Amino acid sequence: MYNTGKVLTGLVLFVGFITYPFWGGEASPVPKLQKPEKEKQCIEPVAFMRAQHMQMLDDWRNDVVRQATRKYTAVDGKQHNMSLQNTCMKCHTSKKEFCDKCHTYAGVSPFCWTCHVPPKETT
Amino acid sequence: MAIDRRDFLKVAGLTTVIGLTGGGLELLRPGDLDASAPGHEPAAAPGAKQWGMLVDMSRKENWQACIEACHNLHNVPSIDDKKEEIKWIWQAPFQEVFPGSESAYMSDVMKARQFMVLCNHCAEPACVRVCPTKATFKRPEDGIVMMDMHRCIGCRFCMAGCPYGARSFNWREPRLDALTLKGGRKINLEYPTRERGVVEKCTFCAERVDEGKQPACVEATRNGGLVFGDLNDPHSEIRQLLRVKSTIRRKPEVGTNPSIFYVV
Ligand code: SF4
Ligand code: SF4
Repeated sequence: MYNTGKVLTGLVLFVGFITYPFWGGEASPVPKLQKPEKEKQCIEPVAFMRAQHMQMLDDWRNDVVRQATRKYTAVDGKQHNMSLQNTCMKCHTSKKEFCDKCHTYAGVSPFCWTCHVPPKETT
Repeated sequence: MAIDRRDFLKVAGLTTVIGLTGGGLELLRPGDLDASAPGHEPAAAPGAKQWGMLVDMSRKENWQACIEACHNLHNVPSIDDKKEEIKWIWQAPFQEVFPGSESAYMSDVMKARQFMVLCNHCAEPACVRVCPTKATFKRPEDGIVMMDMHRCIGCRFCMAGCPYGARSFNWREPRLDALTLKGGRKINLEYPTRERGVVEKCTFCAERVDEGKQPACVEATRNGGLVFGDLNDPHSEIRQLLRVKSTIRRKPEVGTNPSIFYVV
């Protein structure tokens, strides 16, 4: 075969290059999110909220808009108004310091805010 | 196996007949193929409400205050351009509100009167039947004709379907207008805005009604110009009033069965 050496070196370099993000360098630091001042505990445990808040918000919007149900009962038995603007954002008072930080890190861009109004937009 | 012309035509003819009568006609029948045929609407739950409203134009009211209450609460942008304006509740003259019932010899009072108009929350809403995504639907528990903005694709079938012009399309980014509201208006942070490319209309204040409150426009009246209530409940205030007052509805002939009643 011709040029075996060159081809192999090229391949190794190429594979190394495209897998660089997996082995080389450091992962970008996990973003530090602004915690609510008043509340210590979110309506559900943090781990659940971190993993499931998108499904939860999706369920909420269906419940509120399509089923006319507006109260959510959390696992601790407390009831909450199912509302992004009137429940979530009353504690997480900054979209920039909370939602955006993590969404940017995770590379996702949900389109909640084309209609829903974040708390600080008007100030 | 060889098949001669005659046999071929026989088989072909037979399949055509079967196709047309059996399976073929089945497909043409209204049913699964329709996006939202009436049969697909959830039947009203037993004991369901049908919210309705009495608009008593003989009362002295600050009607403008009702409009402002609604539009401020729901972040309805103020757009001067008639072609692009967004309205949930507004005023219009008799001949626009009750076309066909006007006469050449109408009283001066009637000619000058500006009638309050909003979505009729029809019992048989045309807008719901034509919406291909069910973004517009009728709540089975209380008859409110609701809009799910998350689902609206902006096709505007509902605008063509509604015989009352109760719907507005967002031609431009409404958020900008809502945020730079004119005349010192402030955006209501407790309610969303809409986005460009969706249709919107009055929701009978579903968010307030669900909490047991009256719609904002009704709350803004001082002299009983607007009365909100359950049309299915014979003991409700609105039904008592309808029993003693002479009322008319908008375009009853189109068969949408509106839930807004007018004392003209
Ligand atoms: S008035 Fe128009 S938009 Fe409102 S329910 Fe009737 S058909 Fe639909
Ligand atoms: S514009 Fe939206 S609400 Fe109206 S028919 Fe189309 S999808 Fe339904």
